[in-house]
Amino acid sequence: MSALNHVSLEPAGQSRSRVDSGFDVYALREDFPILKQLVHGKKLVYLDNAATTQKPRPVIDALACFYCADCSNIHRGVHALSERATQEYENTREIVRDFINAERLTEVILVRGTTEAINLVASTYGRKNFTEGDEIIISAMEHHSNIVPWQIVCEQTGAKLRVIPINDRGELVMEEYEKLLGPKTTFVAVTQMSNALGTINPVREIIEKAHAWNALVMVDGAQGIAHLGVDVRELDADFYAFSGHKIYGPTGVGVLYGKEKLLEDMPPYQGGGDMIRSVTFEKTLYAKLPAKFEAGTPNISGGIGLGAAIKYVTQVGLENIAAHEAALLERATEAVQQIPGVKLIGTAEKKASVLSFTLEQAHPHDIGTILDQEGVAIRTGHHCAQPVMQRFGVPATARASFALYNTFEEVDALTSALHKVHEVFA
Amino acid sequence: MADLRELYQELILDHSKKPRNYREMPNANRRVEGFNPLCGDHFTVYMDMEGETVKDVSFQGSGCALSKASASMMTQALKGKTKTDAEALFERFHDLVTGKAGEAQAESLGKLAVFSGVSDFPVRVKCASLAWHAMKAAIEGDAEQVSTE
Repeated sequence: MSALNHVSLEPAGQSRSRVDSGFDVYALREDFPILKQLVHGKKLVYLDNAATTQKPRPVIDALACFYCADCSNIHRGVHALSERATQEYENTREIVRDFINAERLTEVILVRGTTEAINLVASTYGRKNFTEGDEIIISAMEHHSNIVPWQIVCEQTGAKLRVIPINDRGELVMEEYEKLLGPKTTFVAVTQMSNALGTINPVREIIEKAHAWNALVMVDGAQGIAHLGVDVRELDADFYAFSGHKIYGPTGVGVLYGKEKLLEDMPPYQGGGDMIRSVTFEKTLYAKLPAKFEAGTPNISGGIGLGAAIKYVTQVGLENIAAHEAALLERATEAVQQIPGVKLIGTAEKKASVLSFTLEQAHPHDIGTILDQEGVAIRTGHHCAQPVMQRFGVPATARASFALYNTFEEVDALTSALHKVHEVFA
Repeated sequence: MADLRELYQELILDHSKKPRNYREMPNANRRVEGFNPLCGDHFTVYMDMEGETVKDVSFQGSGCALSKASASMMTQALKGKTKTDAEALFERFHDLVTGKAGEAQAESLGKLAVFSGVSDFPVRVKCASLAWHAMKAAIEGDAEQVSTE
């Protein structure tokens, strides 16, 4: 946690989480209109950022601007509105390419979100290439969206799903991963960062080891993108997916990155407008990348909003955000552990932004209801990661997750609300 | 916090910590699982029906304080009731937690009236009614698993 060195850790009240770069959480909060509200008469403390992040003014403005000034369909019109909309939308593709350091624009497919990106790869690459006896490796900490699409394609092709186990801290057991790898391994799908545990996975190493067996790797970046960022070329990832709404952008838009050569060889995912070069009843020629995978009118405003979100994050600086969140997580981890009956779920050495826990005396849902009455929004339940819950022998957890706009005072509000839960249930 | 105390009344907390009739019933002739896939709450309701009468009823499983207390108090309320009584009780309880019951109706539910606070927390209605849905399916004998989703 070397990032902590840059952040002041004074007590709440006087503290300003400032990084050398001038990161000022209170100034940044002004960019997020939603944060100003009261919930049940208390200040909103939004700690459900792993589910979705709030949107800064530039993102909201980008959406409003599109509908106020540029609304039209893209890629086809010859009129001014369509030209402007197309330019704005395609501009996002370049912003994304730069942000994830993809080599080419053709490698950036705009989709609905991480779930769609994974389904796209499973049902095009997977269905075309997996055969009976092939082995597909995932991990025990995957979100359902990185489990079910692979199960479906395994059923269709006769491939087998293998699972990398996790240890009691919620870390991948890398020795077991190496044992799973072999000549039958054709594909590995793994998360960059766990939504239920906060664990950061050694993705670089996972990819290197898979490539040694000529297996491809898809990285689920839904959580990782907003906390760790990504350099797809440095990682040598074959596919990488993330959602706009978890990086301060709109819902309903996301990104599939794929190496050009792989995308070229994959059949289309959906047929329709925009993804064709020519259509006759005898034969249809598909459009070039990226249009081949973008059938139908896309989420145009969402795409434009995603561009605004990434610009915003880049301006604030991903490193500053990560350092701030690391400080919040450390403070929260220490404080929450003081509450009697608390058990942390996910204590990986390398983790970010997620604090998952159970209370001996209260079920997560009851915790969630009581916290809500205090204005504190957390997530409770299985976090779409039921195998993780089974691994730790709990039906559900309470999860607080942090974003760039959270403050130490909010961590303290979480802690005192949890003390209230303890009072009610003690 | 007034609302919260209304929701987590002493009786509810007591039943959630020490659920009554919390046991498997090997000789049950009805057994239905109630499951909420969204939150993972999971209960099995066991019933021993003698003709039209609930001779015995018990439950087991895991869930939040509301779902557990509700299941526990339901088993107490049902013993000895007829199928028709049980169905009517289900309706009245459901009206109570969804805020449709009048004061007189709430009072007629006796101890179960402590769940009236649930109606102020719409997302928790499913918690309070999970075991009840399982019970209803059990006496009607038409399912082995019910879901509140």
